[in-house]
Order: sequence, then C-alpha cells, then structure tokens
Amino acid sequence: MSATDDRTTNGGVPVPATPAGATDGAPAEHPPASPASRGMFGVRGSGDVSGYGGLVRPRQPIEESPRPYGGYFDEVRDALEEAYPEFGDAIEKIVVDRGELTLHVRPERIAEVCQVMRDDLALRFELCSSVSGVDYLGADERRLHVVYQLTSMTYRRRVRLEAAVSAEDPHLPSVTNVYPTADWQERETYDMFGIVFDGHPNLTRILMPDDWEGHPQRKDYPLGGVPVEYKGAEIPPPDRRRSYQ
Amino acid sequence: MTTSNYAAERETTEGKVFTVTGGDWDTVVSGTDPINDERIVVNMGPQHPSTHGVLRLVLELEGETVREARSVIGYLHTGIEKNLEYRNWVQGSTFVTRMDYLAPLFNETAYALAVEKLLGITDDITERANTIRVLMMELNRISSHLVWLATTGMELGAISIMLYGFREREYILDIFETITGLRMNHAYVRPGGVAQDVPDEAIAKIRDFLKMMPKKLKEYEDLLSGQPIWTERTKNVAVLDVTACLALGVTGPVLRSAGLAWDLRKTMPYCGYETYEFDVPTHTGGDVWGRYLVRLAEIRESLKLVEQAVDRLGKRGPVMVSDKKIAWPAQLAIGVDGMGNSLEHVAKIMGQSMESLIHHFKLVTEGFRVPPGQVYVGIESPRGELGVHAVSDGGTRPYRVHYREPSFVNLQALPAMAEGGLIADVIAGGASLDPVMGGCDR
Repeated sequence: MSATDDRTTNGGVPVPATPAGATDGAPAEHPPASPASRGMFGVRGSGDVSGYGGLVRPRQPIEESPRPYGGYFDEVRDALEEAYPEFGDAIEKIVVDRGELTLHVRPERIAEVCQVMRDDLALRFELCSSVSGVDYLGADERRLHVVYQLTSMTYRRRVRLEAAVSAEDPHLPSVTNVYPTADWQERETYDMFGIVFDGHPNLTRILMPDDWEGHPQRKDYPLGGVPVEYKGAEIPPPDRRRSYQ
Repeated sequence: MTTSNYAAERETTEGKVFTVTGGDWDTVVSGTDPINDERIVVNMGPQHPSTHGVLRLVLELEGETVREARSVIGYLHTGIEKNLEYRNWVQGSTFVTRMDYLAPLFNETAYALAVEKLLGITDDITERANTIRVLMMELNRISSHLVWLATTGMELGAISIMLYGFREREYILDIFETITGLRMNHAYVRPGGVAQDVPDEAIAKIRDFLKMMPKKLKEYEDLLSGQPIWTERTKNVAVLDVTACLALGVTGPVLRSAGLAWDLRKTMPYCGYETYEFDVPTHTGGDVWGRYLVRLAEIRESLKLVEQAVDRLGKRGPVMVSDKKIAWPAQLAIGVDGMGNSLEHVAKIMGQSMESLIHHFKLVTEGFRVPPGQVYVGIESPRGELGVHAVSDGGTRPYRVHYREPSFVNLQALPAMAEGGLIADVIAGGASLDPVMGGCDR
C-alpha cells in the first residue's frame, strides 16, 4: 500500500495531507504510516461513514540527538571520531532513543566504519550480533535500511549501525571481511530485501528456494492469502483485514 | 585386440571381463591416486536422522576425510517474521514461540522484552512476573539441554542416554503444562508480564523435580563421562577456539567451551538475573567434550536458579503490569477445555460492566499501540545470544521484527569444524552446535 493511493479516492471522506516528518531524504527513524496515522482502521473504500477515516495524527519525527547523549554513547562517538578521519563524511546522523545508540552511516562507508569499530582499542566491537533489513517504504527515498547490531564484549556495550539504500540501487559493501559472521546474515538480508552486498563471497538465497522470485520481506511484497469462509461469513486474508492502526 | 600378460581379457555377455593375475598388482594400483581420485560428493540430509532436523550438508569426501563442507538451510522456513507484521503485538507471542521449538519460552521472553522496551515499561514489570520468567526460562534451558544430550548421545551411539534425556524432559514439559496449559508453544510470556500466575500444584512438581534431577545428572555422567567410546568420539573433535567463535559469531555453550565466560545473564543482565546466585561454567578445550561438560554444568546452574526463583515465589503479587491499556483485561484460567478467559471475568463483562466489555473488545481485537522507534534486545538462550530487533511505526502491529537466531548464526561454524576431519566427526561437531532448524529457518 503506497501513500499515493490514499489521495485518489477516499469514499467522500476529506483527503488527508501527508503526515509531517519522516518523509525527507535523511534516514527516517520512523516507519511511515503503513496505513497508520491516517484514519482509524487502515482500510480504504469501505463503507466506513463514521468520519473517523479522515483522522490525521501528527507524528513527531526523531531528529538527530543533541549532545551529551549520556551513558557510554559520548565515549563511543568521540572514540570513533578520533580513530576515523572520515567521520564527518561517513556518519549522517546519530540518534539516541530508548537507551540505544544508532549511528546512521553512509552505505558506501559501512565496511570502513565496521573495521574501525572492531579494531580501535577504545571501541572494540568484537562481535557483530545481527545484520538485518527494514523496509521503510513511503517514509524514506532510500527505503531499504540495513541494520547492524554490534556488541563490544570488552566494554559490554552495544551500538546499532544503520545504512540506507534505495530500491533502485540497493548496493553497499559487504562487511564479511571484517565480521565473517555477517556471511549468512547478509545472505538472508539479500534474500528477504534484495539488498546487494558487494564483495560478499557467495551472495545467494538462503532461506527461500533458489528459483524464488521477489524479496518477501519488502513491504510491497504481497502476503498472498486467500479469503476463507467460516460459518457463512467471508474472512479476508490477514493483509486485507482491518488493521486498527 | 591385444592381451597383456597380467590382465587377460575376454568378451562375455556381460561385457568385457579382465582377469588380473601376476605379481605386479601393485603397479596397477599405483596408477591411480587414491587421494585425488576418490573425491566424492555426499549429500547428507535434509532427511537424515543425524543432522538434527532438516539440515542438508553437502560434503566433499576423500575416503573418510571431509575436504569441504557446505550447509544448506531453509527447508523449515515458515515466514514467521513476515507474518508478525500482520498480527497485533500480543498475537506475536503465539508466532515467535514456534520458532525455536526447543526453547519456546526464550523466544517469547525476548519478544516480550523488546515490546516492553518499545513501550518504555521495562521498569514497570512486576517482580513476580520477572521471577516467573526466570523460573520458566531456566526450566526450559534444562529441557533444551536434555534434548541436546539425548539426541547427541543417540547420534554418537549411546541409545540409553536418548531415552533418559527425553524421559526427564517430559517431566519438565509436564510442569510447563501445569503452568501454561501446553507442553510446547506456550504463548505464556506476554508483553507486560506473563499470562497467569503459577499454580501451587506446579510448585510442588518443581520441588520434586529439583530433588530428582541431581541424581539423574549423576547417572548421565556415570554413563557417559568415563565411557571410552564417548570420550574418543568427543575429545579433541570439532575444535573451535575463541577467535574462531567470535569471528563466526558463535555464542552460548560453544563459546564458553572455548574458554570465554560470555553469558548475557551475567554480562548484560535482564529480568533481574543480577540478583541471582549462579556461576558461568567454562571449559578450555573448545571441543565436543568441552561442550558436553559445559552443558551438564549449566543444567546444574539452572537448577540453582530454579530453586532460588521458586523460593521467591512465596511472596504473592501481580504478574502483569497495572496499566490497563496494555494488560490483557481477563485473568486467564485453565478450564476443562484448556486455557481461556476466567469465568469470573466473563460473568463480569457480560453481566455487570459494559465499559469492561468495551475495553476487553478493544484490547483483544485492536490491541495496544506501541510508540514508533526501534530496539534490540538480546538474551541468553540455550544456544547463545537470542536477539530481537523490533521496529514499531506507532500502530497496533509490529512494523518489523527480526530474530537473531543463535542456531542460524552458529551453524555457519560447521565447515570450520568439519573440514579436514573425519566424516563421523561431522555428526559430532554439528550436534555439538545444537542447531534447531525451526529457529534457524524461522
């Protein structure tokens, strides 16, 4: 469901404006309103005459966090800035939310940043806990985000790196040379989101069959359910039910 | 047609037949290089009793030596992460519990912790709910390790230990059934707390179990530890040192068997683990033997934790957050037909309070909203770090949930363990990683 199909017809209900925030080019912290934040039930063209379909809830975008961040976050930032001369160019935004630090990294720099994060004595993020993707369709022009969770066993710290690429050019360097454990996790991210990790030794599908078409975790990939009849009523598949957003 | 003096040939109805005679047989044999010409590719699995589920191994063998090993997974992919995006946050519990089916309570707890962190109610979780979570997780850790011991024993030829391991695990599943209503796939740990309180009957069962289990552990050790076949099959087999573990992202008992005492319960505590008294067992061998010792020792530590948790349950209290916008409105109860809303609650909403009925309806059909943002929570599952990356868009459904499954990540280490070793050690090495394909493929 893209943001555009809401604006065309809306069953006579006032056409809502695009919600504020989370739509500019910078990596968005907020996912878009799926059908959320607009209307009550996330359905369009139904017989909803209550008027609630026109509700628009404003969204507070999460901006770059101001310093000091608190905790060990300042230390991590300073150490990275000191150890990595390209810091200003590579780091797009730093966000602290719910006690977690997220560094938004320019995608072409991600392998370099990981290298510094692993090797610098003041950082020492030895373990790459997780690599996965999130599809921020509609909220961000570079809608496919790759999320790296790094763990420092020495300092007992965690940091999240996030790199955003567009669906048209979904390329970024592989971090398998720095963290061999990213091998399968990048393959899974490729499988599920179609993000291409350049330099990966063997970027093939891992969970889906080899001849599968499409990338299932993308938000515009259909769930493919069929309606079922139960005691005379037709129950729509999960992706077409009211979502109560 | 020429005939050589050492291999006469003749035509038969079956084709050409050579008769090899003479004393120069050695020269005939030396014409082939048994090392380089005997590379065969063996496809092991996905249906093979020793691969721990639907794991497929493609092995390139020279004689009995494994030259290359590649694992192929995905046979049990069920799209749970995608499906979660079409259900509300509470319904997610019933999905994630089915991932790693030997450690369902860990899946649920990791999910619940992630949702609670997104909601910002981590500190509001009641003490009793945390204690019950610890109790359930540690019982689950024991049952998971018992299955590991049972299946690994069987794969290495110790059939009795298989029967013993499953027998004791069944006792734990009985306890689970008494508490949650189900042996597996409990959906018991919910965002905000747990589904219902632990009944007294279950406490008695746990006490019995605590009395019984140390004796059983002794039996297992008597059966295996001094057994020459067992030690031959495990000692110095499938060695992985700390460096290799970290590079390949291997955590859990395998990492601890290599000597690094990394246990998230100690290093990044959650659910109040910092208030319990327990040790993190390690070993320095980094082999299958070390993993066996570490897992047995972990069962003992888990018994300590269960005992402490049961002692704390003496003090009554709520098991769900008090926020009525999040907590499930009904007190669930186990009736004759399984778990459901308590009759008291049904009587109240149907007979006395229309507001309660509306509230119940809204929370059950619609679910609660979760403020937008993303979190990552890692807990120590029986197999290593189980991480949940959860993203919310502010709605009543998860926007994205990703599980960092230890089975999935650890399985990458199999080629490193197997290559250069014997084919029989592939089984021992693979089993020592304890992969659960339901979790691996999700």
